[in-house]
Amino acid sequence: MEPRIVFHVQAEPFDVAKEIDALAGLGDDVGAVTSFTGYCRSEGGYLLALELEHYPGMAEEEIGRVVQEAVTRWPLNGLTVIHRFGMMRPGDGIVLVATASSHRLAAFEAAEFLMDYLKTRAPFWKKEHRADGSSGEWVEAKELDDKAASRWQSRS
Amino acid sequence: MTEIKLIYFAWVRERIGLAEERVDVPASVTTVAELAAWLQLRGEEYAYAFENPAIVRAAIDRKHVKPDALIAGAQEIAFFPPMTGG
Repeated sequence: MEPRIVFHVQAEPFDVAKEIDALAGLGDDVGAVTSFTGYCRSEGGYLLALELEHYPGMAEEEIGRVVQEAVTRWPLNGLTVIHRFGMMRPGDGIVLVATASSHRLAAFEAAEFLMDYLKTRAPFWKKEHRADGSSGEWVEAKELDDKAASRWQSRS
Repeated sequence: MTEIKLIYFAWVRERIGLAEERVDVPASVTTVAELAAWLQLRGEEYAYAFENPAIVRAAIDRKHVKPDALIAGAQEIAFFPPMTGG
């Protein structure tokens, strides 16, 4: 059966439990659902908010390419990716990746792959808004994220 | 001369002071790297945005490209910093 692929780029919050239930309910073959949620954090009270800018159109297309690759590489029953844009307060969910498979290994690996690729390929940028009211910096990309993404290229 | 739509994001957008613009690109500019170098000469804002051209990424028609990518036929070219989503 074709895997059920759901991905959204949206301003609205998402409901993690609802998305997990939807994947778990895909059928009797589903033996494992894994999910990752990335949240906005306050950096010890330093940050008031993170503003997520995105490239409308390309964000959807790039996530579409990444999810297609995930379902070709792993035997998944379904996957869900939701990436938000706009102003995030500490504690707000920014990104959700959830995968369903018969076995846990494919579900875990596909979710990790999706996150690594979203971090380095999906056109989103974070800007800090500081608690003291001053305009903060653009968050810098981490070399660690590129390394994490590149490990999926040497194996297939 | 070819007219191309350019789009800027994050600090590239802030430094240039524009979210998008249409520019007439001379025929001698054939690659993304050449386009960035040509833009650098358009003023201080552009020079600042592209002061370290190795950092700035590009997409042609909403697909990631390398600096040596040819711009012929492009409808829309975007310049932006390394991505920090997720």
